Amino acid sequence: MQAGAKLGFILLISPLVLWLGLLIVIPHVDMFLVSIRERIGVGQYQTSFANYMAFFGEPLYIITFIRTAMMSILATVITLLIGFPVAFYIAKIAKGRLQSALFLLCLVPFWVSELVRTFGWMILLRETGLISKFLQWSGLADQPVEMLYNDVAIMIGLVYTSMLFMVVPLITTMESLDDSVIEAGYDLGGNGASVLREIIIPHAMPGIVSGSIVVFMLSLGNYLTPTMLGGKDSLWFTELIYSQFIVRFNWELGAAFGFMLLFLSSVIVWGTLKLTGQTLKSTMG
Amino acid sequence: MIPSIHQPRPIRIAYRAYVVLFFLYLALPLAVVSVFAFNDSQFPSLPWEGFTWAWFFGSERPMIGVFHERPILRALGNSGFIAVFVSLLSVVVGTTNAFLFNRYDFRLKGLFYVLMLLPLVIPGIVLGISILVFSSTVANAVWDSANVEIEALRPGITLVILGQFSFITTIVTLVIAARLQKFDRTLEEAALNLGADRLTAVRTVTIPYLAPALIGGFVVAFLMSFENFNTTLMLVGSDAPLTIAMFDRLKEGSTPLLNAVSLLLMIGSSLLALVMILFQRKS
Repeated sequence: MQAGAKLGFILLISPLVLWLGLLIVIPHVDMFLVSIRERIGVGQYQTSFANYMAFFGEPLYIITFIRTAMMSILATVITLLIGFPVAFYIAKIAKGRLQSALFLLCLVPFWVSELVRTFGWMILLRETGLISKFLQWSGLADQPVEMLYNDVAIMIGLVYTSMLFMVVPLITTMESLDDSVIEAGYDLGGNGASVLREIIIPHAMPGIVSGSIVVFMLSLGNYLTPTMLGGKDSLWFTELIYSQFIVRFNWELGAAFGFMLLFLSSVIVWGTLKLTGQTLKSTMG
Repeated sequence: MIPSIHQPRPIRIAYRAYVVLFFLYLALPLAVVSVFAFNDSQFPSLPWEGFTWAWFFGSERPMIGVFHERPILRALGNSGFIAVFVSLLSVVVGTTNAFLFNRYDFRLKGLFYVLMLLPLVIPGIVLGISILVFSSTVANAVWDSANVEIEALRPGITLVILGQFSFITTIVTLVIAARLQKFDRTLEEAALNLGADRLTAVRTVTIPYLAPALIGGFVVAFLMSFENFNTTLMLVGSDAPLTIAMFDRLKEGSTPLLNAVSLLLMIGSSLLALVMILFQRKS
């Protein structure tokens, strides 16, 4: 490299290195170091896996951990099932103005903060809420119905919150599928189900994978929806992290929890990528 | 299936009905939030007590409107301040990143690229606590060795800005890199042939070409910062941004004041998004 290009290179790579180093890599290393130390006196620590032992020794922590993972996977699957037909409709059936209008309509709710969306569901679902009132008015229920503070409410909130991140990548990948390929599928004797299975889904795979990864991540790391819609007993893992850090001020255990969450998400993301033969670069970049 | 394949009428109608239902599902919570901002009652729920503007403009108890509610206005100011800083920082770093990955081949480029994408797959709350832990480590070390307290490294606005910046930069980088990818390098070479030096060529040819992506990235960063919750929650100090302030209120019970704030937020962000779309269509 000549001198000018070298200087340019150094100037361009410094912000990247500073950003990734100071805000991503070193903080995580530091968090790991904190998670493997044990307080043995005032300001005195020793290296041990006591915090991880505490995690594996307490059934409530493990149950919460597994439950969060399962609910997040379920939320991802439901989001995919609900979003896929809509994405297909927007990508392949709607044309021209309608297509761009529907696409924009998908985006609009998500320019609003998650807090507002969750608040909307609270107004709808709570005991004095709209759906309860409607059920009483229509005679389907004879007293107020509490629909908040249960797993279904959490699920509704999670699916709603992450819908955009599923629908948009699906639309983008399916738009590139040529109509004639679908027609060829039918011409060769395929029916709706076999065309879907053999042509559309394989083509949409990168979109399905990146959408699923993002939705899973957002659900797993969500704090707002489980606390607001699930109430005190929602048992979401991020709530454990929050309470160790902010309420109990036990950073060592909180850091260990943080690492468990990071480990879980990495394993599942990595597993999904391997299973489907995608890479992080091809699905995210 | 697609229009050129004939499908029985009932199936087509059912499919269309499903799509309509889907959009109703998307719209429902937002519509409900907006409507109850005008309810003349202490609670954002039925019964409907009549229409009022009081939750926006009211100045007397019990109905103090958004524009007279000091804590909410202050939180809004904090959010705006944070969002502008985060957007500026992430557009600058996003641009340098995009140029770096587009123009240079270097050792470990692939590794750096994956590292650059990583913040997208780290849960926001983990990003928050890792930055919290690290900044305290640094602040404590400085205190122990030099007896100097660095206020910026304790939970507060600076940490919130850094925390949001840490993952929004990835998204802004992707937005800018996507447009830089489509740039015709020969235009820049033409500028060089005409006697411009490299910096002038980039400034007068490449940057104007990138402008829509720079503005798009700025708006996206602004909105993401404004509505960020998870990372901010772990790093917030006494001067909370709007989402955190609203969350604290919501925990205590809600009044239509929150609906009014929400409606204003919706209008604000839709306008921003609209401006961005119009701008990008023009170019």
